[in-house]
Amino acid sequence: MSAFRFSHSPIDTAPLRAELVDTHCGGFTAFEGWVRDHNEGQKVTRLEYEAFEALGVREGERIIEEARKRFGVTQLLCVHRLGSLGLTDIAVWVGAAAAHRDEAFRACRYVIDEVKHRVPIWKKEHYVSGDSGWVNCERCAAHAGDHGHEAGHAHHHHDHG
Amino acid sequence: MTAPLYGLVLAGGRSRRMGRDKATLEFGGRTQLERAFDLLAALTSRSFVSVRQDQKDDPLRARFAQIVDLAGAPEGPAGGIMSAQQAHPGVAWLVVACDLPLLDAPALQHLIARRDPSRSATAYRSSHDGLPEPLCAIWEPSSAAPLAAALAAGGNCPRKFLLQSDTLLIDQLRPESLDNVNTPAELAALGTGAPSATAAARELRVQYFALLREQAGLRDEAVQTRAATPRDLYAELSARHGFSLTPEHLKVAVNAEFSEWNRPLVAGDTVVFIPPVAGG
Repeated sequence: MSAFRFSHSPIDTAPLRAELVDTHCGGFTAFEGWVRDHNEGQKVTRLEYEAFEALGVREGERIIEEARKRFGVTQLLCVHRLGSLGLTDIAVWVGAAAAHRDEAFRACRYVIDEVKHRVPIWKKEHYVSGDSGWVNCERCAAHAGDHGHEAGHAHHHHDHG
Repeated sequence: MTAPLYGLVLAGGRSRRMGRDKATLEFGGRTQLERAFDLLAALTSRSFVSVRQDQKDDPLRARFAQIVDLAGAPEGPAGGIMSAQQAHPGVAWLVVACDLPLLDAPALQHLIARRDPSRSATAYRSSHDGLPEPLCAIWEPSSAAPLAAALAAGGNCPRKFLLQSDTLLIDQLRPESLDNVNTPAELAALGTGAPSATAAARELRVQYFALLREQAGLRDEAVQTRAATPRDLYAELSARHGFSLTPEHLKVAVNAEFSEWNRPLVAGDTVVFIPPVAGG
């Protein structure tokens, strides 16, 4: 099975960890991204994730292959959740096992950082206020109708690797 | 810091040689004014039509966001540009005349890509005389005060102004792209008009995600189009669906792989425009 996957149902981490178990490995680390209750000053009630899955799996596999080459780690896996998520749900899981802990930590960090910037996944936040918004898109969009944003123009620094 | 880019279509001319209002001339089923405005709207965060005081209620011009010439501004393109600069200080203006039937999205995109915000302006070099083309140019905020001073001193020629300013001149991708039409004979010589008419229409598939999916109200569609590249296609779809994101915010994929914006598209290609991502 691919080392990068999307899941439309809640992520069960135990079987994922089990896939990485290897007699050559002396260290295992995992990163879990959770849905939190706030972002940029707004109270968040739930999230929706959407992906361009065909390209997303390809790009995710490329990231994992890069991490394998860069850190010499063979046991890597990343699963990203799609659909509607509530607070504390796992949005993304990255696991890395290696001979020594340093490679495992570095490979895990590399995969989550690159996935956030490169894989075509979008996050819509729903807020306590009843509003909702696509993260990293709305400031660009708001700009079109509100020239009060001119001075900052910070929306060019969004996550587009 | 780079100033945000707004679009300005100059549509205040008297069209004396044409004998009728050039803005209302049609190419490929759209007036020149609509065509120019759609090109700008797809590439800038806000776009306006520049009009004289006595034109603002004209039925065609009244359909667009307008910048009306300031009272006392000299009639002509330089007065229109000055009025826009004073209406929205701190903004750079991509200024385009409405009578450039061969102007297309790649030409504007090239200008934007080559823009140097530290200069007074970025303009195309005329393929006829090597001088700046002020009516297909990006006017930076730093040009506003000198332009107002030049106009106050009676200097109404925007080309002369750019020549005397710190203007970056770039070469056109196609030498004819800024040829304008001033007479009915020139218009007739263009035949059916739009340059894209030379490419055959074919069917492409477009899939939409996230903000673009919501704004289009569609997950995917089959599109009959003459758009040569993803860049042209986005300009066309953006005009149809009113997308708020401009190409600078997006990446593009063709057949489920990342692509350049200028890749030639062929029948059956599936195109996806990728808004800023937010995994994790």
